[in-house]
Amino acid sequence: MNTEVKIAGVSFKNPVTVASGTFGSGMEYSEFVDLNRLGAVTTKGVSNVPWTGNDTPRVCEVYGGMLNAIGLQNPGIEVFKNRDIPFLNKFDTKIIVNVCGKTVEDYLEVVEKLADEPVDMLEINVSCPNVKEGAIAFGQNADALFNITNQIKKIAKQPVVMKLSPNVTRISEMAIAAESAGADAISLINTITGMKIDINRRTFALANKTGGMSGPAIKPVAVRMVYECANAVKIPIIGMGGISNYEDAIEFIMAGATMVSVGAANFVNPNTTIEVIEGIENFMREKNVSDINDLRGCVR
Amino acid sequence: MKISETGKVVSQKEITKGIFDLVISTKIAELSKPGQFVMVYPKDGTTILPRPISIAEVTSGAIRLVYRVVGKGTNEFSGLKAGDAVRLLGSVGNGFPLEKAVGKRAVLMGGGIGVPPILELSKELLASSKIAVLGYRDNDLFLKEDFDKYIEVKVATEGGSAGTRGNVLDVLRAEHIECDVIYACGPMPMLRAIKKYAEEKNIEAFISLEERMACGVGACLGCVVKTKEKDHHSNVNNARICTEGPVFDAREVEI
Ligand SMILES: Cc1cc2nc3c(=O)[nH]c(=O)nc-3n(C[C@H](O)[C@H](O)[C@H](O)COP(=O)(O)OP(=O)(O)OC[C@H]3O[C@@H](n4cnc5c(N)ncnc54)[C@H](O)[C@@H]3O)c2cc1C
Ligand SMILES: Cc1cc2nc3c(=O)[nH]c(=O)nc-3n(C[C@H](O)[C@H](O)[C@H](O)COP(=O)(O)O)c2cc1C
Ligand code: FES
Repeated sequence: MNTEVKIAGVSFKNPVTVASGTFGSGMEYSEFVDLNRLGAVTTKGVSNVPWTGNDTPRVCEVYGGMLNAIGLQNPGIEVFKNRDIPFLNKFDTKIIVNVCGKTVEDYLEVVEKLADEPVDMLEINVSCPNVKEGAIAFGQNADALFNITNQIKKIAKQPVVMKLSPNVTRISEMAIAAESAGADAISLINTITGMKIDINRRTFALANKTGGMSGPAIKPVAVRMVYECANAVKIPIIGMGGISNYEDAIEFIMAGATMVSVGAANFVNPNTTIEVIEGIENFMREKNVSDINDLRGCVR
Repeated sequence: MKISETGKVVSQKEITKGIFDLVISTKIAELSKPGQFVMVYPKDGTTILPRPISIAEVTSGAIRLVYRVVGKGTNEFSGLKAGDAVRLLGSVGNGFPLEKAVGKRAVLMGGGIGVPPILELSKELLASSKIAVLGYRDNDLFLKEDFDKYIEVKVATEGGSAGTRGNVLDVLRAEHIECDVIYACGPMPMLRAIKKYAEEKNIEAFISLEERMACGVGACLGCVVKTKEKDHHSNVNNARICTEGPVFDAREVEI
């Protein structure tokens, strides 16, 4: 039975990774999860300088999901290089580094600083709804997305995955823009912008007022978007949004995803990733699927 | 150390209106220190996040949680019966620094639902003297009898129906209690007042903070508090309450 998948020449032992920002740098969950079992670890967004992030409350629960407005707090690329990359390199898994910035130059600086680092892939977050400037603007305008993808591709030494925002009218247009600018892959979906009001305190549940929704409730939107993108582009897709179990993961794969990421479900059960990996293997055994790659896009 | 485990309910009772006393047998009991907490996972799939609840007391192989029903999650927990399974992650957080009380006069302060988190501390703390000051809304003095077994107890109530009228700091003033170190858990206004009091008196205060949490393991960065100095892990002036906390030296946090 083969569970190995490939994206831009990089092989992953299985199609399961974690969604950026929900798993720290891997260290935090390594007490509960054997990182060697994951196809890859995708790290929290990292910028050129440390970011403080938003005020609290930064997270709240909503029906079947959650909102977050962390604001991309991160220690900056230098600490990340010196602490988090060496930690992850001790494990037999691939490393996907999620990159964020406010201007094109910010992104390029991080990509450049990662050029000689032992990491396998870069995921460019152009779709975070929780920081005021830049960021999501690149992800909501096809020309801006083309431009930033193009510039990053010129200097990146690792394959580049563009992470798309669902907060657009037609996601396939964004996928096409990324592909035509040379992206090696796309990942989706980032969180869907939402809001919760605390009726007793007559105020917003989050200090940032709005937050990005994730968790089981967003899964149907995410599956639909992965399907639309899979029909629009040839580059591989990393699918995510509400994946909680192996059935969810297989839905994304059947919709056209090469890999899948477990996000908020790590909060619900720290062992979710392992259960998803084992569930996929059992499913393949039961249904006599010898190669995971045969399932991809089978509902097209 | 933290483990993710399914515990088994030993008993549960409502000790006063809306406040429940839940005992769960779990290996987490052996790992826990006073001031630490557990993440308790609801079963209802529409409530996806685990709820942080302090470990009020540790008995052989079991932890005791005392919590107020305020919403969907705690309401579900209040229905747990002996024998039921409950998913836990713990023990979480740093706990109270016991060593800071050695040879000193310690005061332990709990306000409202911040009373339970200092129960185990009042048992284990070794100080030259120790007093617990418990703040309640009214004369429903839940858990006071448990404290009486281990420590001298003073009470404050908002209306004055029991003990000193006012808050926990009013007790120190009214009874002329001097101390070298304060350990506290309670609502934010109480903790702010304690921070100010400790700074004025130039004594140490260790306060247990609350914030909305998602992961409970330091991964999501949801639960931060602003810090005076740059935090070693985050590299910015923010510390994770679930990991560097929940207990902080009051001088080090901006609350
Ligand atoms: C470190 C720590 C220790 C705690 N110890 C205790 C304790 O010993 N006893 C006790 O009664 N309560 C304690 N709390 C508060 C307790 O976590 C909340 O009352 C509980 O999460 C409410 O859940 P709910 O589903 O009933 O309420 P809902 O309002 O329906 O919860 C919705 C969401 O908000 C979160 N939330 C709501 N209130 C709080 C709060 N005050 N703090 C943090 N998150 C909150 C919930 O976890 C959930 O994610 C503690 C909180 C923290 C951070
Ligand atoms: C707390 C939190 C932090 C996140 N941080 C990032 C981030 O730093 N970069 C990023 O590209 N996406 C971030 N995301 C989005 C997730 O990677 C993912 O796209 C989204 O949550 C949908 O997946 P899910 O429903 O499985 O959580 C974050 C999500 C959450 C819940
Ligand atoms: S709750 Fe996630 S970092 Fe503290």
